[in-house]
Amino acid sequence: MIKKMIEVSGLKKSFKTNHVLKDVSFTVHKGNIFALLGSNGAGKTTVVKILSTLLKPDSGNVSIGGFDVVCQGDYVRGCSSLTGQFVAVDEVLTGRENLYLIGQLKRLTDVKSKVDEWLSFFDLEDAADRKVSTYSGGMRRRLDIAMSLMGNPQVLFLDEPTTGLDPQNRIAMWDLVKSLVAEGTTVFLTTQYLEEAEYLADNIAILHGGKILAEGTPQYLKEIIPQRGAQLNFQNERKAVEAMKLLNDKGITVDSIEKKLPSIEEVFLTLIDEKKEDSNHE
Amino acid sequence: MNKPKTSIFFDSWIMFKRCLLISLRNPEALLMATITPFFLMFLFGTVFGNIADVGDLNYIDFIVPGIIMQSLGQASQHSAINVATDMTKGIIDRFRSMSISKYAVLIGHTGAGGVRNTISTTVIIGSAFILGFRPQGGFVDWLIVVGLLMLVNIAISLIAVLCGLISKTPEGSSGLMFPLFILPFLSSGFAPTDTMSSGIRWFAEIQPMTPIINSIRALMLDLPLGNSLWIALAWSVGIIIVAFTASTQVYNRKLS
Repeated sequence: MIKKMIEVSGLKKSFKTNHVLKDVSFTVHKGNIFALLGSNGAGKTTVVKILSTLLKPDSGNVSIGGFDVVCQGDYVRGCSSLTGQFVAVDEVLTGRENLYLIGQLKRLTDVKSKVDEWLSFFDLEDAADRKVSTYSGGMRRRLDIAMSLMGNPQVLFLDEPTTGLDPQNRIAMWDLVKSLVAEGTTVFLTTQYLEEAEYLADNIAILHGGKILAEGTPQYLKEIIPQRGAQLNFQNERKAVEAMKLLNDKGITVDSIEKKLPSIEEVFLTLIDEKKEDSNHE
Repeated sequence: MNKPKTSIFFDSWIMFKRCLLISLRNPEALLMATITPFFLMFLFGTVFGNIADVGDLNYIDFIVPGIIMQSLGQASQHSAINVATDMTKGIIDRFRSMSISKYAVLIGHTGAGGVRNTISTTVIIGSAFILGFRPQGGFVDWLIVVGLLMLVNIAISLIAVLCGLISKTPEGSSGLMFPLFILPFLSSGFAPTDTMSSGIRWFAEIQPMTPIINSIRALMLDLPLGNSLWIALAWSVGIIIVAFTASTQVYNRKLS
């Protein structure tokens, strides 16, 4: 049986006269990645805050793991974990101390070994005993998420987890999210990056003007908009020109021919990979 | 699934240890908060000591209670700054999204503030002896002084936590603490109130610093205590109740 881990229906929230969420409904199944896509100010963070019991909804039903966020807040907090938009760590403490604090607050048994586990999982062992104020942005984010994962929550809320990360760290974050889900965690994330939602999510909802404009798998969302023509790919330009001739002979007109150049992101990542291989060989 | 257990004692204890650890990483803050009142005591004791007329008393003996109150105010700024930092830097959202007791963060900060204040006050009293402070009080007098100071300490720490909660920025929170640095000067701390002009005298006699300072002074120097100790105790307990209630109210309202 597929278990519904997050259920939201008819959610409304206003701040004075600003109606941020007008009518939001969606469902997230166990072990899925759900991406809430929206531009800045669309209300994504408000949704996350309501799901993680930081804000009370004005109306509507919200349940996490079967528990109501309003009247069973303690249970919701017990089975879920939040990584907010801004990194929430103690700057003057070390990475290890930050994790240890959370482990103690969650009353884990054997906190020390759990701390070591997560430090190595997030590749933070070398920096473990340095103050967080010396960490890079990517390391802070990794520590931040490690803190959320202490105690293995069933549901993880990630509010714009890759904002401000470089492409490499962003991809590392994506791999991480995928590996968490492989172990049965349910992940709810918000993002303003379309390719992030497309790459990661089992389901995407687009939040705009306080309402969910569309919801479904990436494939489904692509199909609801009329096709914008078809694309044929060839290894090089020569083959493409030949194909164009053949097609024209058969009476099928080709409108244009376009060279496919790598995106700057691909260039960056390829160069960095080469560099890494070079230094491994040395 | 069982209801997650929360215990205000356990959670507050962990938070207290966290706040202390943060203070340990920033020892300059406590050092500055102790050096400032020390120099104040040094300047007043040496420069104004000869011209100040406080009857039969030595001026340094006279000002030690006022300096203690100064040091409490100075050291407490850091509670305000730390609370405001937690409130503005997202970490409070992490704590509130975990199943831990609601007010544990506030209690942890109050406790750590109390420890910092105690260190600062102890150093100030210790160094006062070097500057010629010669108290006359007996053992029981000192016990009462310590008890009263502990109450005052908690009261001021709670005021600091409240300032940290109200303030929108960490920098602003120490500004809100400013009245605490001034009040000892507008009290019996540095000059007897009957030497003051009538308006200031009226204020000095009704504000809480005066009965607190008078009590500490009377106990330390073996002077007649009058009813100032009871007034001081009433103020301290009153401030603790009001500041704690206000803090929880502000905390709840800020976060809903």
